[in-house]
Amino acid sequence: MKEDPGYYEYWPYENRPKIEWPNGAKVAFWVAPNIEFYELNPPDNPFRKPWPQPNPALPGYTSRDWGNRVGHMRQMQLLEKYGIRGSISLSTALCDHHPEIIESCKERQWEFFSHGIYNTRYTYGMTEAQEREMIKDSIESIYKHTGQKCAGYLAPALSHSENTLDLFAEVGTELFGDEAGFYSCDLFHDDQPTPINLRSGKRFASIPYSLEMNDTIAYLVQKTTPRRYGKELKDNFDRLYTEGSESGTIMCIPTHNYQVSNAHRIKAYEEALEYITGHSDVWVTTGKEIAQYFLDHYYDLVKEDIKTKKKKYDNIR
Amino acid sequence: MTTLGNDYLQYSKRSYGMDHDRYEWSMLQNRKAITWPKGKKIALWVNVGLQFFPLNQKGIPFKVPGGMTKPYPDLRHFSLRDYGNRVGIYRLLKAFDTFNITPTFAMNTRLAERTPYLTATIKERNNEIICHGYDMDKLHYGGQNIEEEKDLVKRALDGLRKLTEQEIKGWVSPAKNESENTPDILAANGITYFCDWANDDLPYNFKTSKGDLSAMPLTTELDDYYIILNNLHSAESWAEQVDDAFEFLLHESKTSGGRILSLNIHPWVLGQPHRIQYLEKVLDKLGSHEEVWSASASEILSTWKTQQ
Repeated sequence: MKEDPGYYEYWPYENRPKIEWPNGAKVAFWVAPNIEFYELNPPDNPFRKPWPQPNPALPGYTSRDWGNRVGHMRQMQLLEKYGIRGSISLSTALCDHHPEIIESCKERQWEFFSHGIYNTRYTYGMTEAQEREMIKDSIESIYKHTGQKCAGYLAPALSHSENTLDLFAEVGTELFGDEAGFYSCDLFHDDQPTPINLRSGKRFASIPYSLEMNDTIAYLVQKTTPRRYGKELKDNFDRLYTEGSESGTIMCIPTHNYQVSNAHRIKAYEEALEYITGHSDVWVTTGKEIAQYFLDHYYDLVKEDIKTKKKKYDNIR
Repeated sequence: MTTLGNDYLQYSKRSYGMDHDRYEWSMLQNRKAITWPKGKKIALWVNVGLQFFPLNQKGIPFKVPGGMTKPYPDLRHFSLRDYGNRVGIYRLLKAFDTFNITPTFAMNTRLAERTPYLTATIKERNNEIICHGYDMDKLHYGGQNIEEEKDLVKRALDGLRKLTEQEIKGWVSPAKNESENTPDILAANGITYFCDWANDDLPYNFKTSKGDLSAMPLTTELDDYYIILNNLHSAESWAEQVDDAFEFLLHESKTSGGRILSLNIHPWVLGQPHRIQYLEKVLDKLGSHEEVWSASASEILSTWKTQQ
C-alpha cells in the first residue's frame, strides 16, 4: 500500500495559467446522471456487503428499481428542457436489462461512460487481470449498444484498486487508441482538470465530478432537505462562476434517478438548473467534451506549469 | 490479500428485464394513462401505521427502525411509541374528519389485541384496515424458517380479521422487510395486495406461487418517520416536501394520466403537539383540492384494476 496514489502533483489554486473555455465561458457545466443496475442477490464480496439486510433487501433494491422505472424519464425530460445533454455514468449491464433507457439517451446524443458492469460488483479483491476484463467488458458493451468509444470512467460504487486508472486508460487504448479511455471521474482533489500520471504515459485527465454536489451524498449521507440541496447547487455555481473569470472552472452535478427525480425533490433541482443555465457565460457540455478540450488546448501548458513550480519549490526545500 | 473467484465476473442474470422473475420490467411513462373517478388527477392514499413495539425486542435479524435502541428496559422508546396509540392517533383522527380525508390503517395485530378501545374506534369508522404484521419486532426476513413465517402470517391475519371483522386484503410488512417466501405466503392467506415493494408510482402485478398479488406504491420517501426521524428534517420541511411532491405529480398527471400521492404516517411522529399543525396544513390543502380524490388503498387499486 502507498501513502499517496501518485496520480498528480501538488498544484496550488492560485497563479495558474488561465484556462479559457469555448466562447469565453467561465464555467464548464455538466450533469452526470448515474444510470445504475443493482442486483437483488449479488455474489458476496469479502470487502463490502452489497446490502444491509439478508436477501431480499427490499429498501435498497426497490429504491434503485424505482429510479429506472419512474425516475429516469423525469430527469431526462428536465435536462432536455434546459438544453443539457447528460453524461451517463453507466452500469453497463443495464444495456442488456433496460435497452429502452439506453435508446432514449442515444436519441438525445447523451454521452455514455463506464461505471462498471453492476453497481453491486466491487473492484475490491479483483486481480489485475480480473479488473482489466471487467473494464474491457464495460467499454465493449458501451460500444456494442451505443456505438460510442468510452472516454470516461467512474469505478463501480467508487470501488478502486491501485491499478484502476491505469487499466482503464490501457484498455481504452487497446480497443480504440487515443479515442477512448482518457478521463477519470474518480478523483475529487480540484475544481479544474488535472493531468494524470499513468504508467503508460498516456495523455489522460481527471475531470471534476464533485462528490459534494452528488445528490446521493446530499440526500443519503448529509440527509439534506431538497430546497437546501437546490440552494447548495446555486451557491456552488455562483462561486465557480465568479472564479471562472480568472481561469475557467468546472461544475458537475452527479445525479441518480432514484434520488433527484423524486416528486418532492425535482422542483428544487429544476430551479437550480434554470438558474445555472440562465447565465450567459456557461458552457453547457459533457464530461468527454471537457476532457477533450483540456487535452487539446491546456494539458501541455498545465503540465509545464506544474513542473516549473515543482522544480522551483523542490529547490527551496 | 483475499482474492475473488472468477465467478465474480460471471453474470447469469444479465439479460432483458429484471434479475428475478417476480414482475415484468416496465417504465411508468410507457403505460396506459389511468383515470381516477370524476376525472380527478391525484389519488391521495393516507396510510396510517398503527404499531406496537415490544419492550422485550429481540431484533431478529435486525433492530426494527423506530424500535428500542437502549439496553432493556428502554422505557424512553417504548413509551414514546405508545404515546402515538394513546394520544397522537386521536389528533390524527380529528384531522382526517376535519379535512374530509379517507385514511387507510395499517395495523399490527398485537396492537389490535392490546388496545380494544382503539380497535373498536378504528373499526367503527369503516375505514379500510390492512395488516402490518404481528408486531414491529416480528420481522419477515431472508433466511427465515418457512414454517415459522407461515405461522406468523397466519397468526397476524387470523387475529386481525377476527378482531376487526374486516376481510383484510392488504399487507405491509414491519419495516417493509420480507423473506424470499413472503409474497407466496401472503397470497396463500387471502392477501390480494401488498405495499413492501416501493419501486413504482402505480400498482403492478407481482407473481407468486399462488397467483398474482398487486404491488401498491407506498413510498418511503415521504414517510414521516423517514423524513423527520431518519433524515432529521423539521415537520415544517416534511409539509413543504409533500407539497412540492403534490404539485409535481399534479403537473405530470395533466399529460401522463392519474397519479398516486401516498403518505405513510405514524401517530407517534406527526401526532406530537408541535408537529400536528403541519399534517393539518397538508390535509387542509389536499382535502379541499378539486383535483384530489382521497381514497382507501383498496379503492385506488380496484380503480386501477378495472383499467388494465
